Amino acid sequence: MSLGIIMLVHTAFDRAEQMVRHWAEAGCPVVVHVDSNVPDATYNQFSKAVADLSDVRFSVRHRCEWGTWGLVAASQEAATLLLEEFPNVQHVYLASGACIPLRPITELKHYLDAHPDTDFIESATTADVPWTVGGLDRERFTLRFPFTWKKQRRLFDAFVKFQQKIGYSRSIPEGIVPHMGSQWWCLTRQTLDAILCDPKREIYDAYFRRVWIPDESYYQTLTRLHARRVESRSLTLAKFDYQGKPHIFFDDHAELLQRSKSFVARKIWRDADLLYRMFPLSEGPQLSAEEPNSGAVDRVFSQAVERRTLGRPGLYMQSRYPSIDRQNSIAAAPYAVLQGFDDVFPAFQAWLGKQTGAQVHGHLFAKDRAHFADESDVYRGGQSDNARLRDYNGKMFLTNLIWNGRDQHHCFQFGPADTQDIGWTLAKDTNASIWVVSGAWSIPLFASGRSASDVRREAARLQRIEDKFLKVLRSPDARARIKIITLAQFIESPMNVLQTIIDEIAGHRGTALKEVPKMPDLTGLPDFLQDLKNQGMHPFLTGDIMAGSLQPTKPIPRRKPYVISGK
Amino acid sequence: MRKGRELTAVSDRTRDIGPDDILLFCTFRNEDVRLPFFFEYYRKLGITHFLMVDNGSEDAGPAFAQKQPDVSLWRTDAPYGEARYGVDWLTYLQGKYAHGHWALTVDVDEFFVYPFCDTRPIRALADWLDASEVRSFGAMLLDMYPKGPVGQTSYSPGDDPFETASWFDPGNYFMSQNKLLKNLWIQGGPRARSFFATKPKQAPALNKIPFVKWRKPYAYVSSTHMMLPRGLNLVYDQQGGEKTSGVLLHAKFLNTFGDRATEEAQRAEHYRNGQEYRTYAERHGADPDLWCQWSEQYINWRQLEVLGLMSKGNWA
Repeated sequence: MSLGIIMLVHTAFDRAEQMVRHWAEAGCPVVVHVDSNVPDATYNQFSKAVADLSDVRFSVRHRCEWGTWGLVAASQEAATLLLEEFPNVQHVYLASGACIPLRPITELKHYLDAHPDTDFIESATTADVPWTVGGLDRERFTLRFPFTWKKQRRLFDAFVKFQQKIGYSRSIPEGIVPHMGSQWWCLTRQTLDAILCDPKREIYDAYFRRVWIPDESYYQTLTRLHARRVESRSLTLAKFDYQGKPHIFFDDHAELLQRSKSFVARKIWRDADLLYRMFPLSEGPQLSAEEPNSGAVDRVFSQAVERRTLGRPGLYMQSRYPSIDRQNSIAAAPYAVLQGFDDVFPAFQAWLGKQTGAQVHGHLFAKDRAHFADESDVYRGGQSDNARLRDYNGKMFLTNLIWNGRDQHHCFQFGPADTQDIGWTLAKDTNASIWVVSGAWSIPLFASGRSASDVRREAARLQRIEDKFLKVLRSPDARARIKIITLAQFIESPMNVLQTIIDEIAGHRGTALKEVPKMPDLTGLPDFLQDLKNQGMHPFLTGDIMAGSLQPTKPIPRRKPYVISGK
Repeated sequence: MRKGRELTAVSDRTRDIGPDDILLFCTFRNEDVRLPFFFEYYRKLGITHFLMVDNGSEDAGPAFAQKQPDVSLWRTDAPYGEARYGVDWLTYLQGKYAHGHWALTVDVDEFFVYPFCDTRPIRALADWLDASEVRSFGAMLLDMYPKGPVGQTSYSPGDDPFETASWFDPGNYFMSQNKLLKNLWIQGGPRARSFFATKPKQAPALNKIPFVKWRKPYAYVSSTHMMLPRGLNLVYDQQGGEKTSGVLLHAKFLNTFGDRATEEAQRAEHYRNGQEYRTYAERHGADPDLWCQWSEQYINWRQLEVLGLMSKGNWA
């Protein structure tokens, strides 16, 4: 039994010649189809170059534009010639000039001999497989496509939309169920012959002539009518990108290709000298009957598609710039924004760092400079603490900080005395957890010892700014996790809130609070706030703080987690 | 076209340009120290023809360039600033010679790095871009600097500048969109951090589109930062995906930098009359130490890819 090759060629004729020789020398007759677009001189030169090979034929030339009928017509013509000229051929393999046999061709022949009745053709029903390009699957078979997708894209799209709108639908010839798949197949003589000599071929041809990308559906559909046994997979390793364009293999893919154990791969870069020298692998002492396993190749190329379509969340760079306002998550990782806590507890930052092991920054958006966790003037990634440089693009200051340190959980202090421009970005970021103790700015004012009349203006200013931020946080557009409590509520039971924050930041590593941050003596705060009111400045964000609510903070007794040993 | 008249051909080897050649365009002035490595680097990448404009050099650079078998050389003594920092001369040459070719436009201190550049020649990138129907390719400028004062390094002709200037800032770049021309305006890095922190708006632009499948009507607008027609500036994805991109390693901060800063500040021919150079001269007596504890030492393109400075995108 013998294997015959149909080879479609339109470019890189030196490589095509090399491939023709590989196949022919392994005893496979080859019928070459050269695109009619190729100049005659090139064609003649090419056919002369392989004239020494007795089992090579050239079939009538068609114009093979991507996605058109020409490709099917070319393969039909070539297949007819191949079956006629070489009666010994039992399997026909459709390849291109950029397809390279990876394993020894003898192994492929043995493999096919072991599957004499099997057609290897990827063939899936449109209902089951979402195809990528243009999003058209079922509609390929029911709409009309008078415009080319590549050159008249707008007309193509508009006409498709128009037909969808008016509900146009072609009827599919009786007896066939549309199937699609890779255009690189290997069919048995019997199936191919049955397709070519089908009494209804004229009807089918007339129908498929008007289907979009018929080379991915003609044989895939008709094989189902005649095949004895269909293996719905291609023996050719071919990967496609998110636009349906074939991935190209280069020299550095050599190992990957070798490990894939595929029989044939495409598309090979024409200057990939190493691949062309290395493949097909020479026959070893023993023929391998191993099944192809392209898992590793699949992973590499699906990662590429993922990178191109989804990218790395939270990364903003020269070739990835999603609109910050249109996404849900803005920064690369979860982080916490804490407003008011460091007003209540002067040593809050150090305490939180100790409790959680997170990167706890000071006021990153302070007016004087960015207070990084280590108070350095240059932080990870080379970020400067300069306030002007930071405020020049505050959003990217934040996204850079989180991206550079996405291996850690970041927290930073925020407050009404800071630059406020970042407010909306924080509120819209699903990665942000924002905790606000409203009115906490009153504590440093109180602790300063200055009189209410002295700090009245400052208090009013801070309250105005904080109120504005709270409005942002309460807007329906805010998507961060947001928890706002008044100072009055907080000082009533601070430990509950702190425990929640710590559990959230530290996750499973969170432990029961042992050490409590030190709260300053707040005796006199209610009087101070009353004085402010008397001055006409109502601190409404603090809530009602009564003298009785000021109790010393105590850790909540927490039961130890019950751990069952594995042993 | 008027700018074309300012150019005098010194050695015109453009007849040797083959239809598949990838062309490099470059303007230079007093760069004899840098030229040997420059040619060597780009020949290795697979550049087959260099089209160079010598803007009034007074050193041995032009003579050296003229001797190279793959260089076509023009000379002009017209002012750099009035020719939009050399862009006009190159646009003229590109319109004349680059139509239908992939053209790489770089300065003598810019070294193109793209995904897989250690295993795939630039022709592979061009072919892949062609197959993907991409016309322009972005490569951000990445300022490279030594550890220690810049003036204390030494550089001799033929040296790899990144042996000494091997450090860069990994994560402090910021960008915004130019609504008119659609390009991203990228700033940041060591220059923004050290020289322009208090006047960030003036920090140099780092966005570049150096690699383009040239058509006659194309033109660079401002250096290679942006182009017309503006569709060429969309080298970034806006839906969350990553397009393939590279980096131009910028070997600006070598010991030659101090003299250059002083000279260019006086000459005032550069962008904004050389304000940038004046800032350097004022800030550090032109001998800055840009290194900080968060500087990264350059290894290869994969490192830049992991850091998120460039992307493989869909190329695998």
